[in-house]
Amino acid sequence: MSLNKPRRRWSEFAIEAGIRVLGFSSIGFVLLIFLFLLREGLPLFFEVPLGNLFSTRWYPTFDLFGILPLTLGSILVTITAIAIAVPLGVASAVFVREVAPGWAREILKPMIEVLAGIPSVVLGFFGMTLLAPFIRETLGVATGLTAFTGALILAYMALPTIISVAEDALDAVPKSYRDAGLAMGATQWQTIWRVVVPAARSGMVMAVMLGMGRAIGETMAVMMVTGNAARMPLTLDSLFRPMRTMTATIAAEMGEVAQGSTHYHALFGIGIILFVLTFIINLAAASTIFKRRRRGGLR
Amino acid sequence: MDRYLVQRAGFALLGLMALMVVLPILLVIGTIVVQGGGAISWEFLSAMPRDGMKAGGIFPAIVGTLLLTLGTALVAIPIGVGGAVYLAEYARDTWLTRAIRLAIINLAGIPSVVYGLFGLGLFVLFLQFGTSILAGALTLAIMTLPIIISAAEEALRGVPTEFRTVSISLGGTRWQGIRRVVLPQALPGIITGVILGLLRAAGETAPILFTVAAFFLPRLPQSPFDQTMALPYHLYVISTQVPGMPLQIQFGTALVLLILVLSLNVLATSIRSYFRRRRQW
Amino acid sequence: MTQTQSGPKIRIEKVSYAYEGKPALRDVTIDVPAHAISVFFGPAGGGKTTLLRLINRLNDVVEGTHMSGRVLLDGQDIYAPGMDVIQLRRRVGMVFALPLPLPGTIRENVLYGPELAGVRDRTRLEELLSRSLTQAALWDEVKDRLDNPASALSGGQQQRLCIARSLALEPEVLLLDEPTSGLDPISTGKVEESLYELKQNYTIVIVPHSTQQAARVADYAAFFLMGELIEHQPGTEIFTTPRQQRTEDYVTGRFG
Repeated sequence: MSLNKPRRRWSEFAIEAGIRVLGFSSIGFVLLIFLFLLREGLPLFFEVPLGNLFSTRWYPTFDLFGILPLTLGSILVTITAIAIAVPLGVASAVFVREVAPGWAREILKPMIEVLAGIPSVVLGFFGMTLLAPFIRETLGVATGLTAFTGALILAYMALPTIISVAEDALDAVPKSYRDAGLAMGATQWQTIWRVVVPAARSGMVMAVMLGMGRAIGETMAVMMVTGNAARMPLTLDSLFRPMRTMTATIAAEMGEVAQGSTHYHALFGIGIILFVLTFIINLAAASTIFKRRRRGGLR
Repeated sequence: MDRYLVQRAGFALLGLMALMVVLPILLVIGTIVVQGGGAISWEFLSAMPRDGMKAGGIFPAIVGTLLLTLGTALVAIPIGVGGAVYLAEYARDTWLTRAIRLAIINLAGIPSVVYGLFGLGLFVLFLQFGTSILAGALTLAIMTLPIIISAAEEALRGVPTEFRTVSISLGGTRWQGIRRVVLPQALPGIITGVILGLLRAAGETAPILFTVAAFFLPRLPQSPFDQTMALPYHLYVISTQVPGMPLQIQFGTALVLLILVLSLNVLATSIRSYFRRRRQW
Repeated sequence: MTQTQSGPKIRIEKVSYAYEGKPALRDVTIDVPAHAISVFFGPAGGGKTTLLRLINRLNDVVEGTHMSGRVLLDGQDIYAPGMDVIQLRRRVGMVFALPLPLPGTIRENVLYGPELAGVRDRTRLEELLSRSLTQAALWDEVKDRLDNPASALSGGQQQRLCIARSLALEPEVLLLDEPTSGLDPISTGKVEESLYELKQNYTIVIVPHSTQQAARVADYAAFFLMGELIEHQPGTEIFTTPRQQRTEDYVTGRFG
């Protein structure tokens, strides 16, 4: 065939180079984000003595920047949310994968996708206007805007992540495991809990971690329903009292601070903590992915 | 045998827990539809807010959200799809590729409010875009990237390797195979991923808090450097910052936001299932 | 392409090839003459397919491989630096074991290669379309539905479409890797018939899917065992009077 050497080789070279750059861009963005958090947040550590930072009072108007109540607030709300979401999520995943009849699956899956799509602010709004009054009346507490209310909303926000990752994990368990369990005379129920779920263990752990990452970073809903009182959650009833998280603090106060002030740096400092925290959680979750990939010999 | 009784009880319990997941979703949507339905009118959708937002419509917030989403799409689609093409078609299993994957996982995990901080630091202040649609769209775009990249990569990997081999054996370059065979075949999956990413951007509030959002701005933005109102932020403002706000307007705003986001959701999933059924391989 | 008719069309010279440390070919030397059907046969894992893929450098995209030796096409080393691989693949066409139509219509499939090669002229494309489909013995069956999806064809038709798709590039060499493995006997017969026609104009190398097929189509036959070339003879002699014991064992069905 008479062929002239295509002239487009050069443009192709350019396109492929461009794709390569775009491929690497994600690393660039992560670094850029960290860099700018540091740039705006690091001054805090020169402006405020560590003793103040690790104190129990967050009261920026009086130059009190104790991050402990906020950190503990985030931890309390996140752990409670996970404690609610994990049993629900794992049960739902097992139900959808192993038990549910076809029609139930057809309803459940889209519903969970819908839940994943509901904006945080809408859930926060719902929590404020309907859930909080309900909680105030049923529990007889002073206000419905409590850590528990936030945890409840957060649990549902973490559910889609937990369910879908747990489902994938169950999906990855070979059918032969199930057959072996059943062949040994175990019921389906026994096979699920003694064979299938344990085999999906690492995926389940990942589901919990990713759900936790999602919960700890959630902002709007939490800010709208937790009452935003920066107090130390040290007593037993803290769960049913107003509470404030790190994310909510940033969102609520950033609008009112003077750029470059200590308060401003402090909010970025909280951002650094959140960044590092989610980084670690996701790193841990990712390491299970990579381990699984390597064992599976992908590519 | 009583262990079958145990099994039956266990399955019932699982079903019950699944129901506990689903019912609140229906409750949230149902309540908002019922309570907000009455607020929806042509005026509500197309008029400027009046009387300190206690009357009139939410038109500028709707337009603002659409503009922000459009801006996000313009930035995030080329970067996201390009990045996915790199990962699915070019990247070898090196430490660098693993670093990219790690970066994407981390981008997906960074809290939305931290994106807001980042947008404030980089786009608003350092690059001096000010609080503007440009700054907000760029912030939202970076937040959306991991969703688009993951979905697009999965779609590309779903295209059988053989198509690439055939294209190469017929004298095609690697890029020609990608452009003429692989990308068209992966397109439905990519579109689904893009829509899912964009609906996330459309519904987010925290990243736009300090980068674009205007509390009350009863006119439409004139340029990418203007501030704008946006639906999610507007809902936050009228439900927490404005005392005496009629509840119906709040629910109406929530409903409009919900409809916008859920219709995109339905669109994405129907594209996916439609093309899955039609696929030839 | 101008060439000297004296030498073989393809010369494989002391080629060894390893994939992730495991040798797939050991020191193979063989000449493939022009305008004839050469058959590479032997038990699975013998290196036939690997060798085939080396001739149009399809293994370039595979990672973790090591190759030594030379592959000459018309006396020119196709692995020499500066070799235009794209051009090479247009001169050396490949048909795979399973019919792999690309998504799209029959017409799009056949014209995929020429269009990538930059052929824009409508009449020229139409000419290529009808000629290559005719050569692949498919024209009469599809001429009225060229714009139907290729996936709607039967398996045998799809495989002939794949042959036509390679022919549309007007290659000099056609490599076929078990092209009838998924086909029924009638379709297999049609594909084999089209090969007899094609050898007038092309150099054909085929990895057959059975020894019977090898005996049916071979002008030259080479027996491969565990990465080694055991024996290479013209015609069907190898099937009737093999010189090597190992060949005889395989041909007479003692193993494999």
